[in-house]
Amino acid sequence: MLNNKLSLNLEKIRKDFVILNQKVHGHRLVYLDNASTSQKPIQVIEAINNYYQEYNANVHRGIYELSEKSTHQYELAHRKVAVFIGASFEEIIFTRGTTESINLLAYSLGQNLKPGDEIVLTQMEHHSNIVPWQEIAKRQSAQIKYIPITSEGELDLDAAKKIITDKTKIVSVAHVSNVLGTINPVKEIGQIAHNHNALFIVDGAQSVPNMAINVKEINCDFLAFSGHKMIGPTGIGVLYGKKDLLEKMSPFLYGGDMIREVSFQNSSWNCLPWKFEAGTPNIVGGIGLGIAIDYLKQIGMKEIEDYEKEITAYALKRLQTIEDLVIYGPKDPEKRIATISFNVKGIHAHDLATILDREGIAVRGGHHCAMPLMNLLGITASARASFYFYNTFEDVDALIEGIKKAKKVFKL
Amino acid sequence: MILDINPNQVGEGELTEEEQIYKENILDHYKNPHNFGSIDTATFRYKEFNPLCGDQIEIFLELDQSNKVKDVKFKGNGCAISQAAISMLTDSIKNKNIQELKKIKDEDVLTMLGIPIGIVRIKCALLGLKALHKSLEEFSDE
Repeated sequence: MLNNKLSLNLEKIRKDFVILNQKVHGHRLVYLDNASTSQKPIQVIEAINNYYQEYNANVHRGIYELSEKSTHQYELAHRKVAVFIGASFEEIIFTRGTTESINLLAYSLGQNLKPGDEIVLTQMEHHSNIVPWQEIAKRQSAQIKYIPITSEGELDLDAAKKIITDKTKIVSVAHVSNVLGTINPVKEIGQIAHNHNALFIVDGAQSVPNMAINVKEINCDFLAFSGHKMIGPTGIGVLYGKKDLLEKMSPFLYGGDMIREVSFQNSSWNCLPWKFEAGTPNIVGGIGLGIAIDYLKQIGMKEIEDYEKEITAYALKRLQTIEDLVIYGPKDPEKRIATISFNVKGIHAHDLATILDREGIAVRGGHHCAMPLMNLLGITASARASFYFYNTFEDVDALIEGIKKAKKVFKL
Repeated sequence: MILDINPNQVGEGELTEEEQIYKENILDHYKNPHNFGSIDTATFRYKEFNPLCGDQIEIFLELDQSNKVKDVKFKGNGCAISQAAISMLTDSIKNKNIQELKKIKDEDVLTMLGIPIGIVRIKCALLGLKALHKSLEEFSDE
């Protein structure tokens, strides 16, 4: 039996993820580090193979069959992403990942900031949505302010209303926390930002893989996310931006493919989205991401979301039965995704991760690239189990047994 | 049955007693670390971070007139591996001179621990030694 409340055909799905079909240290592999990176189905791996074996050629350059095919597939991938998040083709820029997408914004939007202007982030951001802004703030003498979190690990919206003012030029917020799993009310925060004429950026690294997202509905100006966390290849990510805003922005990287005309003195820029994609892009990564999106759509993002709610509820319920285990973030499955950070009193997260590994269970142990948040929580590290749609209820059971084993090893 | 067994497994199969990391003496040092504390009059002190997890160890060395370790203490928090390693390391360096301290190698710490340490956890095991060596950097032999 694979599942108690079977809403997805897990048996069929798990056959596509060949990597899951192995033993680690003599135990069935239980992969629970999906918030870090997800596994890839054979369909994506085959698409990568096919590209290199059948039509590897540069895009937008060659006047020959192979290049036409690669250009078509690469552009098609942009279209797939656009439809997936409710955007249009010109609004989809391929980057290396969420980090590069946010850097693009920080550099391009940042140069318009004036001394005294304010950038508003939240206390639950990943380093990738803090560090680029810190650098830009230093250069432009701008200020960074943080929306605080409540003891439940949710954003304090009342505080947000006070922190976002007419001085605020940019508001950049994680849709879902990579530590707490909290789903943030981005629509409401966006409204506050827009009331003050600030630009509103959403870091979708942890939300786009797990939820049905529509940029029109959120009404964000920009959305950044990564392909590798949503069963696509590494090294490919997305920046969505509203067309009128992207048109006004200056490029981030300069070079080939992003130009319309170049003389020895001057250059003009290519049309969207290519203005922001300088150099030979990650062609195969883009194509692989397109296939990943096909796969996710075939299952259905709503179905994925629903299934993950069930697994979240089950995991929270079972984890809470373990004595001396602290869970960080909301306890209500409706308010969070299936990324659960926790600590067991008396066992350091690293040691817990090592013991779980010996049982074939892969979890993250550390600060999750969110050191300011960890400081706020008063911890240096936590263990984090993050589930994806191919994980089973048995994976939750394995985790629980693994934690019990760790307590036994540590004589707790 | 959910899965078939893949012949190309990543792990090496069930771990033997010898391969278990969390042996009795490691846990003893973790729960009751030796030389834990600080020295206000330390000759050298240094705080080292493990960027992997944010763990930190601060080491305090007090030398006598012949530059031998009169006392050593450490502070900080971390996993069982890093805490046991620094606990054992501080035990082993008392009455040694600076030249001897500088000669301590990574392998010496791993031998002291006596457990298999993988590539990911080696930073934890060597955090204390790194702090010790960094603390000595200001010391020159004239």
